[in-house]
Amino acid sequence: MPTDSRAGNNRRITYLEALAEALDQEMARDPDVLVLGEDIGGEFGGAFKATKGLWQKYGEDRVINTPMAELGFTGMATGMALAGLRPVIEMQFADFISTAFDAIVQYAASTHYIWQGAVPWTIRAPADGGTSSGPFHSQNPEAWFAHVPGLKVICPGTPADVKGLLTSAIRDNNPVIFFESKTLYRSLRGPVPPGEHLVPIGKARQARPGADLTIITYGAMLQSALAAAEELAGEDIEAAVLDLRTVKPLDTDQILESVKATGKALIVHAANRMMGCGAEVAALIAEECFEYLDAPVRRLGGLDTPVPFSPPLEQAYRPDADRIAAAARDLDAW
Amino acid sequence: MTSLSAVERLDIYRWMYRTRRFDEVMVSMFKQGRGLGTCFSARGHEAVSIGAGWGLQPEDFAAPMHRNVGMFMLRGLPPDQLYSNYLGRANGTTRGRDANLHGNGDLSHNLIGFISHIPQSLPVALGTAMSFRYRRQPQAALTVCGDGGSTAGVFHETLNMAVLYMAPLVVVLENNQYAYSTPVAEHTAVSELHLKARAYDMPSQVVDGNDVLEVFEAVSAALARARAGEGPSLVEARTMRMLGHAIHDGAEYVPGELLAHWEARDPVVRFRRWLQDNDGVGPDVLQELERTETDLIDQAFAAAEASPFPDPDTVEAGVYAD
Repeated sequence: MPTDSRAGNNRRITYLEALAEALDQEMARDPDVLVLGEDIGGEFGGAFKATKGLWQKYGEDRVINTPMAELGFTGMATGMALAGLRPVIEMQFADFISTAFDAIVQYAASTHYIWQGAVPWTIRAPADGGTSSGPFHSQNPEAWFAHVPGLKVICPGTPADVKGLLTSAIRDNNPVIFFESKTLYRSLRGPVPPGEHLVPIGKARQARPGADLTIITYGAMLQSALAAAEELAGEDIEAAVLDLRTVKPLDTDQILESVKATGKALIVHAANRMMGCGAEVAALIAEECFEYLDAPVRRLGGLDTPVPFSPPLEQAYRPDADRIAAAARDLDAW
Repeated sequence: MTSLSAVERLDIYRWMYRTRRFDEVMVSMFKQGRGLGTCFSARGHEAVSIGAGWGLQPEDFAAPMHRNVGMFMLRGLPPDQLYSNYLGRANGTTRGRDANLHGNGDLSHNLIGFISHIPQSLPVALGTAMSFRYRRQPQAALTVCGDGGSTAGVFHETLNMAVLYMAPLVVVLENNQYAYSTPVAEHTAVSELHLKARAYDMPSQVVDGNDVLEVFEAVSAALARARAGEGPSLVEARTMRMLGHAIHDGAEYVPGELLAHWEARDPVVRFRRWLQDNDGVGPDVLQELERTETDLIDQAFAAAEASPFPDPDTVEAGVYAD
């Protein structure tokens, strides 16, 4: 098994395996890293098995099973982090993160600004829908936290980025919320370096070049955007796809650079469109490169409803490759 | 009667008197319009802050709250720096970022800052206690919460986890009879607040929060149990908020006879008398100590008032750690 990150580039593992690998490697590397959350202790390994095997390997002091008390255990992680540990909190579903809102938004996010107390925790939040999981197991609540100074918010869209960004999040000295797409957990495979792999927080990546328009996206919608771009290429529409990877801090330079080059921007996220992160991106483009635009900025996102359960309803709710392609065609023809 | 020496007891009085003077000068200055924002008087809480804080070791973590100025000073924050924080100056603990005692955290003193959502300090203090457990360090964490804070869900979440993990945590429940304008009997269904801890099999007891030696003995015993790996405890210290919730609040809703009852038990006056009666401390010694502390506090306020405000160019500094 190659350990050099370049030598392992042809190895393909799932999004979930990449996640588990990052956790394992960071726990092996740094004794201050520990994980806590509901149902992660013992043999069980968590609702999605992201932590399976860690309890046997690192013991109950470093794999802490918690009661159903998100507010309490997130605050507890803040205390551990202030004392120099690096807790990784598994929020069983991103939807449950609202229960811990005070501990995140009021306490952890403000502490460094107010009294220079660094809070190096990471919350792993399994987010995203498209799987008929209903209103409380399908949410993408990144915009709630992108609005909060002091937090960093990451939404990786590939297995390599899951590993590289989770590693960076754990080593970061700030509270980081890491929204995983559970839709991609087992459905997406990709090349992932087996050894130490770091992706910088706050850097977007051009996932596909293109001269006609820029599709700006992140998380699970990256795959849908790439599928749409592939389809559009057959129609002689060359769509660039920019994967933000981190929504806070936002890589404003790469957004502006790409939109200046293509003159057209389509912003896509699975979260509901109203007041979503795409609105900030659209405002940035309007303010900073209006004169480069050949068409209005377009946004695609979820509807302004709770995420519905029944498949036809959820399909109507959620953007997909077809809708992205259709919106891109309209924009191209504008 | 007490594990403390006479010298230590006199020193405890010094810190209680310093706490009282700090508060009196603060209230007076705010009433004169020389304050900024608001302030929360600690009058009546001196025995809780100093008695509980006295048992802490430097390596322990402490997470006091908005009426624990004495504990903040005991942990090492000097009074001029604290006043500067009240006045929004650059040399206040929060460099102008938060008001009065809010946010007065300092990891060089293992001191955890609080936010206005007071009970949020409970799980954070638990986390610092868990760091000791994790690192096998024989230390403890102490936090203070009010009667009002004990009605929040996170109070119960914290107590449950503290026992579940046998964390070295001591919760001082400072029952000062009122949560803003609401008396205890109107916000809590049980009359003995410390009994809430028993629901989680956490040892608990009640002490006279205006008796500094009683507070010290109970809290230091709880800290010792925590450091020895015997788990968390809760100490309910019964006291009285002698002034309003904040400086604007005349607290007309508090019955006069209740205030009179507690005024007769003033913790500073009472301990002064105790020292005279039991340790034979003479009035000259006490008066000299009080003069020294009065000067120290006056100088601290003057120093804070003379300190510069923060530079507006620094407004965005420090949102993130490097």
